[in-house]
Amino acid sequence: MKPAPFAYHRPATLDEALALLAEHGGEAKPLAGGQSLIPAMNFRLARPAVLVDLNRVAELGYVRAGRDGLQIGAMTRQRAVERSDAVRSAAPLLAEAMPFIAHPQIRNRGTVGGSLAHADPAAELPAVMLALEARFRARGPQGERWIPAGEFFTGILETALGPDELLLEVVVPKSPARTGYAFAELARRRGDYALVGVAARVTLDRRGRCQAARITLFSVGDGPVLAAAAAAMLDGQEPSPEAMRAAADAAAQRDIDPPSDIHASAAYRRRLAAVLTRRALARAVERAAQASQ
Amino acid sequence: MDQQVPIGVTVNGVRHERAVEPRLLLSDFLRHELGLTGTHVGCEHGVCGACTVLLDGDAVRSCLILAVQADGHELVTVEGLAPPGGGDELHPLQAAFREAHGLQCGFCTPGFLMTLVPFLREHPHPSEPEIREALSGHLCRCTGYQGIVAAVRLAAGSAP
Repeated sequence: MKPAPFAYHRPATLDEALALLAEHGGEAKPLAGGQSLIPAMNFRLARPAVLVDLNRVAELGYVRAGRDGLQIGAMTRQRAVERSDAVRSAAPLLAEAMPFIAHPQIRNRGTVGGSLAHADPAAELPAVMLALEARFRARGPQGERWIPAGEFFTGILETALGPDELLLEVVVPKSPARTGYAFAELARRRGDYALVGVAARVTLDRRGRCQAARITLFSVGDGPVLAAAAAAMLDGQEPSPEAMRAAADAAAQRDIDPPSDIHASAAYRRRLAAVLTRRALARAVERAAQASQ
Repeated sequence: MDQQVPIGVTVNGVRHERAVEPRLLLSDFLRHELGLTGTHVGCEHGVCGACTVLLDGDAVRSCLILAVQADGHELVTVEGLAPPGGGDELHPLQAAFREAHGLQCGFCTPGFLMTLVPFLREHPHPSEPEIREALSGHLCRCTGYQGIVAAVRLAAGSAP
């Protein structure tokens, strides 16, 4: 069980990497942390003719607290994000989600950009970035562009990136005041892909009512799902246990259309979605209230 | 397509230079090129943990890294744990595994050890939940994990 042969390039700069992708068009695949691509190649589910290894492109590995928000270079290792004080203070939802991504051995290699560009519907990072309204900076032969998280994920393992485009950076905007967050998932064993997961961000107004809620679920469809109906039910409401339960039920019944597979039935996933969303909302509201004091 | 890439890696303190095909996995490079067969190959997709080695001090799956990617890096495999010299002396963690029945067939053991070395460096006095979480990236089909947890506690000097 070995990868099929491929031509290997390891550019040292972003410009070189982009030139290689442009030269080889759809034949080439960028290699980030390799924690999804290499297993797929080991099983020969993926047989790229050309690999462009980004691991020497040092300019893509950083975490910075900037004026517009938290900037994370696409090649930043997940473990570095997990351990970053800047992430903990600027994007606590992201910090809370990081330990749920696979195992430490995988996070030591896996990158933020790699996970986002891979767009596994069961992955944590896409849902977290969607909940946080992150913006993705990509560059290709046509130049650079910004893609909002809401437009980035287009299907199972599909993104808005072109074959000769690279994801360079993710920017997580600053959260408004009086904002709380929570992340929750259920997996059969620690480190497994979640059966269902949820990321929630709640902002309260000065009177303690819900000013804005943003809830995303994953492992319930073709990509991260924004639970718009659930969020709308909370808008302007007192975040009472009843209101949160009703919103969580709406998320499970109206916002998602989960699949049945060998891991869980659709009905079980809906049930989990309701329970996890309710718990996540309760914790997010509690934290938002603490942040309001 | 038989591209050969020259690489230089330091494994257990010894420098090796080879030319390798890009598709050669680091796990196979260690076993077949260097003859370091202590690194075991189980699932080859990052689930079982048997092939775990240290890359610049961090535990990683050697089946999910290409040998060419290790160029210029420093590796430690299970062969690098015991004091050099070829005597009977074991690394304290290895001794604890033997003492606490942390292994039976031994296939998974090198991977567990390589994960636990950096874990114990970061968590010198781990709680049992911390130990179990640290072990979660490894599969063992013999022990039921109890002996492994006991071995970690013993090595950390926190035996119950």
